Amino acid sequence: MNATQTLVALWTLVLKEIKRFTRIWPQTLLPPSITMAMYFIIFGNLIGSRIGDMDGFSYMDFIVPGLIMMSVITNSYSNVASSFFSNKFQRSVEELMVSPMPNWVILSGFILGGMARGLGVGLIVTIVSLFFTRLTVEHPLLTVLVVVLTSALFSIGGFINALMANKFDDISIVPTFILTPLTYLGGVFYSISMLPNFWQGVSMLNPILYMVNVFRYGFLGVSDIPVVWALAAIFAFIIVLFFVALTMLERGKGIRS
Amino acid sequence: MAEPALSIRGLTKVYGNGFQALKGIDLDVQQGDFFALLGPNGAGKSTTLGVVCSLVQKSEGKVSIFGIDIDKDFAKAKYQLGVVPQEFNFNQFEKVLDIVLAQAGYYGMTRREALPRAEQLLRDLGLWDKRNGNARMLSGGMKRRLMIARALMHRPKLLILDEPTAGVDIELRRSMWEYMRRINQDEGTTIILTTHYLEEAESLCRNIAIINHGEIVRNTSVRELLAELNTETFLLDLAEPVTAPPVIDGFEIKQIEPTQLSLVIHRGQQLNDVFSVLSEQGMQVVSMRNSANRLEEMFVSMVEAGNKAIDERSELNKETPA
Repeated sequence: MNATQTLVALWTLVLKEIKRFTRIWPQTLLPPSITMAMYFIIFGNLIGSRIGDMDGFSYMDFIVPGLIMMSVITNSYSNVASSFFSNKFQRSVEELMVSPMPNWVILSGFILGGMARGLGVGLIVTIVSLFFTRLTVEHPLLTVLVVVLTSALFSIGGFINALMANKFDDISIVPTFILTPLTYLGGVFYSISMLPNFWQGVSMLNPILYMVNVFRYGFLGVSDIPVVWALAAIFAFIIVLFFVALTMLERGKGIRS
Repeated sequence: MAEPALSIRGLTKVYGNGFQALKGIDLDVQQGDFFALLGPNGAGKSTTLGVVCSLVQKSEGKVSIFGIDIDKDFAKAKYQLGVVPQEFNFNQFEKVLDIVLAQAGYYGMTRREALPRAEQLLRDLGLWDKRNGNARMLSGGMKRRLMIARALMHRPKLLILDEPTAGVDIELRRSMWEYMRRINQDEGTTIILTTHYLEEAESLCRNIAIINHGEIVRNTSVRELLAELNTETFLLDLAEPVTAPPVIDGFEIKQIEPTQLSLVIHRGQQLNDVFSVLSEQGMQVVSMRNSANRLEEMFVSMVEAGNKAIDERSELNKETPA
């Protein structure tokens, strides 16, 4: 395939993915906006007013970046996991396999599709948050960079999950038992400085903590951990997982007999 | 001589559980051919085609499509190839038009290039009116035609049809045959067909390979294969009922119904000899047809012979009790 054909193929796949999740918007775009509105009302307004300040900011301002990031992570991951697994399940993945598209284009197409949903939901949640607080963004470029990278990282994660999954249960296990606990314990609702030393150390092993904190730094200008370290870690994870996913795809893991 | 449309040498496939699905297959399909790959279920047809389409990873061997070695440049080879699989393999929740346009996009065709092609194919296959409907709302026959349209979007030179008319009613099957003949004859598309309807293979295909237990047991022209047929069974419909079948020296005649006889003709025997005796005995034949498809008879005898040979081999390989 020449460069133009490759771009056409990639765009076709990305557009198809965007069409998929917008076609089923009551399942994909609406629930996170309602859930996050509930978080803002209950944790931000009702309980948050009794909690007081967190790291020098109102509790509502503190949790908004974390909740946006949580939506981005969950939606990027689940979009790719469910879309690619559905393709496997319905065998429509064969449309891609018989085509001359290189594997990296197939992988990139699904990642970009996952990012489109993750970032789209992130934008919706951000708009919803504006009904509850006035957002200020201290470092706009960094904020955009970290949310885009995080979305890419979890889209790749969703792809690997879908490749390895044999049944629909397999694509819900990771989000339920790994992703959600790590997100809740990743400093979305609290600053790790509140934790005893031991649990602060344990929290530092949680990769989502870094993403949430850098994102919050972009908004508020404060972070529990060094920003450069966090960015470097996200980059490294993206590169490693991209090649893991690509290698699995090249070997036909879960899709070729 | 032009490169074969498909050339397979020493193709072997051993699955993870140790099952050897293909045992070193050699096969050539010439350009412009209408070729049938036949075999019983589990013989290795779909595995062979799966390797060609990159859905199955081969264990050993070489596969070339129009001279392009798939190990060296599979992407280039895939441009020559269109695939209509046995099972429906499109997203049932997508629109018909979106399915064919997306497939064109995967081959690098822009929407502007793909739209007229999609319209032409969907019109030819009677799906244009359904273009904005969900694929899951189509009937089984329409879904099969959708897969044919999708496979032809990028104008492949080699079309693989894996049981394209399975579950399709007779009228629709005939119209699909016409369409396949047309793209083979008018557009020069090489077609490889697997089917369980041997009448379909006999009617459409010029050359044929029969695969059984992962080995090619015959690879010849349909005409030559049929010429080897030693016996042929006909059903004769009589004007009047008879109480017993006539006895004619050298011919096997059985009564099926009061007005129907079955007649087995061996190579070298003449139907006229039977008709003259029946006529002498006052029996008038009003119509006649093959009791089974001729190719089917040949196919069944070959597969049975192959199975018998395998059984004998496995008997010999059994450990002798001490």
